[in-house]
Amino acid sequence: MLELFLDKYNYWIVVVLMMIGLYIVIARGNLVKKIVGLNVFQTSVFMFYISLGKAEGGTAPILTGKPELFSNPLPHVLILTAIVVGIATTALGLALVVRIRESYDTIEEDELEGMDNAVVTTERARLGTGDAA
Amino acid sequence: MMESGIINILVDISLMTLLGITAIGIVRSRNLFATAMLSGIYSLISAAVFVTLDAVDVAFTEAAVGAGISTVLMLGAMTLTRRSEKHAIKLHIGPLFVTIGIGAALIYGTVDMPPFGSTDAPGFQHIVPEYIAGSRDDIQVPNIVTSILASYRGFDTLGETAVIFAAGIGVLFLLGRRREDEEADESSNSGKGEDA
Repeated sequence: MLELFLDKYNYWIVVVLMMIGLYIVIARGNLVKKIVGLNVFQTSVFMFYISLGKAEGGTAPILTGKPELFSNPLPHVLILTAIVVGIATTALGLALVVRIRESYDTIEEDELEGMDNAVVTTERARLGTGDAA
Repeated sequence: MMESGIINILVDISLMTLLGITAIGIVRSRNLFATAMLSGIYSLISAAVFVTLDAVDVAFTEAAVGAGISTVLMLGAMTLTRRSEKHAIKLHIGPLFVTIGIGAALIYGTVDMPPFGSTDAPGFQHIVPEYIAGSRDDIQVPNIVTSILASYRGFDTLGETAVIFAAGIGVLFLLGRRREDEEADESSNSGKGEDA
């Protein structure tokens, strides 16, 4: 039992972190909070990849001239790329939030939805009276 | 050897547990300023985890980009929007069931995965030995991550630059146009406001 726990502990914590991030994205209405949740989710995926590349008793993949056991460098490369792409998408998401705040004066999801619905109903009413006239 | 292995495992487990606590703190805090700070802490702890997992380059990038730039961006966005969430934190049953369901499925999936730290995993067998030998003999860069990033998988990095360029253009269009509009639309804005 303890062996199973030690074998899988990293993966299980990664799954828990991932689910916390997903819960924030689904359940919280605030748009900035949603982006933080997305970041938590993203970092947990990074940790999953790096955990897969870890070799027991290995070292960082840097050649020193001695024969050594290295951890897998390929996931490291993929995740380096992913971190930088992640910050680009975060910046774009935050820019969208700022833009939404300028147009709607709120960044709460339910209020945005209420405003959109109100616009649709007034527009329908306007068109309806226009047809009657 | 065995002693240092046990210490490694203890450090790994305590850092991972800290990460979980920080994530729960992010869920529970209503103040967005505190959330931004906690997400910076989360990134720093994960950088420490990357060091223990031998991914020093990744740790470096995560500390600089995740804990540094992303926190600055978050704070900048907050000065342009608001400081705290409007609604109280309460448990939403639907999302909770969805996340527990997906989490259970993922944990079921980990049962078949190679044990943590095993070098028999398929990821170690396929192409990585060639990369390590090539980095020593052909490219002659001591840091294997550098030689893969810049040489073997250089097109990935090219694609990454394209994504960053696209995101930069997007941010420019979203926020850059506003300044011109503000000056030009001062007069016409009042008419539009009544319609909405």
